[in-house]
Amino acid sequence: MSAAQTPTATRDTTAHAAEMAQINAAIRRSQRRQRIIAYLVLTLLAAFFLFPIAFMIASSFKADTSVIADGGSLKAFVPTPFVGLDNYATAAERANFWVSFKNSAIISAVIVGGGLIVNSLFGYALARLPFRGRRILLVIVLALIIVPFETLAVPLLFIMGELRWVNTLHAQFLPFLAQPLYIFLFYSFFLGIPRELEEAARIDGAGPFTLFFRIAAPLAKPAYAAAGILMFLYSWGQFLWPTMVTQTTDARPLPVGITEFLGLPPRDWGDIMAYATLMVIPLLVVFIIFQRQFVKGVATTGLKG
Amino acid sequence: MTAAKGASKSQRVATPAPKPRFGPDTLAGWLFSAPAVLLLAAFMVLPFILAFYFSFTNERLISPRPTEWVGLDNYARVFNDPRFWKSLSNNVIFSVIVVPLQTFFALFLAILVNQKLQGVAVFRTIFFLPITVVMAAVSVIWIVLLNPDGLINAFMSIVTFGQFTPDWLSDPAVAMVAIILVSVWASVGFQMVILLAALQDVPESLYEAARLDGAGRWQQFRNVTLPGIRNPLLFVLTITTILSFRLFDQVWIMPARPGGPLDSTRTIMVELVDTGLNKGIVGRGSAIAVIFLVIVLVIALIQRRLIKQEGEVR
Repeated sequence: MSAAQTPTATRDTTAHAAEMAQINAAIRRSQRRQRIIAYLVLTLLAAFFLFPIAFMIASSFKADTSVIADGGSLKAFVPTPFVGLDNYATAAERANFWVSFKNSAIISAVIVGGGLIVNSLFGYALARLPFRGRRILLVIVLALIIVPFETLAVPLLFIMGELRWVNTLHAQFLPFLAQPLYIFLFYSFFLGIPRELEEAARIDGAGPFTLFFRIAAPLAKPAYAAAGILMFLYSWGQFLWPTMVTQTTDARPLPVGITEFLGLPPRDWGDIMAYATLMVIPLLVVFIIFQRQFVKGVATTGLKG
Repeated sequence: MTAAKGASKSQRVATPAPKPRFGPDTLAGWLFSAPAVLLLAAFMVLPFILAFYFSFTNERLISPRPTEWVGLDNYARVFNDPRFWKSLSNNVIFSVIVVPLQTFFALFLAILVNQKLQGVAVFRTIFFLPITVVMAAVSVIWIVLLNPDGLINAFMSIVTFGQFTPDWLSDPAVAMVAIILVSVWASVGFQMVILLAALQDVPESLYEAARLDGAGRWQQFRNVTLPGIRNPLLFVLTITTILSFRLFDQVWIMPARPGGPLDSTRTIMVELVDTGLNKGIVGRGSAIAVIFLVIVLVIALIQRRLIKQEGEVR
C-alpha cells in the first residue's frame, strides 16, 4: 500500500508487481483458509454421521456391562474388553437370527426378482403396445402412485386374516410385487428408447415378446438396476407391515426380529448391537458395490425416509 | 383427413377378422399387463375400496358379529378422541420442525459436497451412509446413545456445563426432540442427493454471468441457485412433509412404550396400528387411514399448485 505512493516510475512498476504478488498471495492464503474451513466442517459432519455406526460396530464386540459403562466417553468407540464373535454367536442363538435372516432374504429376493419382471412387463406394455384399455390403466397407475401403503394396511390385514395368510411369508411379499412407482419408472424409461431400434426387428417379423426380451429389456439395464436397488433397500427395512402381519419368530423378518430381541430379557446390548450389525451388512455391501446406481435411484424416484 | 378415415373404415369393414380388437399387440399387451394388473387389483385397489367401505362399518378383525353400516360413527369417534388430536398435533409439530430443518440441512450438505475439493466424494458417501442403515437398527442404536448416561448426554454435559442432561426418551418434554434428531440423522442424506442432483443441473454459465454482473456469493445463491433448484426443492419439501406424517418405526421402537411418555411421541401411524391391529377395530382403523390419505393428498395438491404458479409466472 505504502509502496504505491513512491514517486519514480521505475519504482512504481516494481512496486506494482510487488503489490500484485501480495494480492495474489493474499488470495491464495484466503483460498487455503477457506479450504481448511471447508475440510474442517466436512470432517465434523462426517463424525456426526459416522459415530452411531462406529458405536454399533464397536459395541458388538464388547460385553454388555462395558457397553453401558463406556457409553458416556470416547471409550464407547473402542472395542475393549474385546470378546471376539461371542456376541454374534449369542445373538444368533438367543434371537434366532438366521431364521429372521432367511425370512428377510426370501421376502426381499421375491420382491426384487418378481417386482422387476412384473413391473417392467407392465411398463413396457403401457409404453409400447397399443392394446385396448391401455389408456385407462395408465391413468389408474398414475393415480395410485400417490396412495401411501399405510392407507391400505388395515383393510389388507383384514384380507390376510380372511385368507388365513397371517404370519406367512407370502403375506409379506405379494402386496409389494406390483408397485405403481416402479411401473411408472419403467414406463418412462421405455418411452425414452427410440422406436427405430425396435422397428427394424419388427419388420423382420419379431413379435412383442422377442422385441421386449431381445431389444427393450437389455437397453433398460439402468432402469432395472435403479429399481432393483430401491426395491431391496425398501423391502429389507420394512417394518410397519411385518409388525402387523406376523405373530411369531418363524415368519418375522429382521427389523421385527430385532425389536423382539430388544424386549427379550435379559437385555444384552452387546448381543443386540451384533444383531444390528449383521442386519445392516447386506445393504451396506449392495451400497458399496452399486453406489452410483444406488444414489441415482434414490435421487430420481424419491423413495424411503 | 376424412378420406383417410373413410379408407381405414372401409378397410376395417373389408377385413372381417377382428384384427384391431384382438391383434397380436392387444393379446401381448394383456399378457404383459396381467400379472401386475391382477396384483394391483388384489393388493391395492381392493384394500383401497375396502378402506372407504370399512370406515363406514363396525368391521372388526376377529368377530362373529355381522358387519353393520354405522354411517359416520367411526369418523365422529376419531374426531372426538383427544388421543387422535394429540397424535395429529405431534405429527404437525414434528413436521413443522423437521421439514425446514432437514431441508436446510440437506441443502447445506449438498452445497458442501458440490464443491470442487479433493476427496469430497468420500464425504458424500459418508453423509449418505445412514440411508443404508435399516430404521429398526437406527432406532436400537440411538436408544443406547440417548440413554441418560449415554454419549449424547456426555456431549450435552460439555456443551451446557452439565446443566442439561435429560432422560431423552422418558421425559415428555424432550422425547420428540430425540425422535427428531434420530430422524434427521437417518434420512437427511436422501434429501441431500436429490438436491445435489438439482444443483449440478444449474448451468455454470448462469453463475459466470452473475459474477460478471458483480454478484457476490450470497447474491449468486439467491438469484441463481435458488431459482434454479426451485422445483426439486419443492419436491423435497413435499416428500419430507408426507414422510413426516408417516412417522412410525422410530416412535414405535425407541420409547419404552409405543407412543412415548404421556403420548408425547404418539403419531397417527401409532394410532392406526394400535386401533387396527392391537384393538382389532378395522372400521375405525380404516377411518384413520382415510383421514391420513386426505392429509397426504392435500399436501400433494399444495405442491402441484405451487409448481403450476411457477409455470404461469414464466
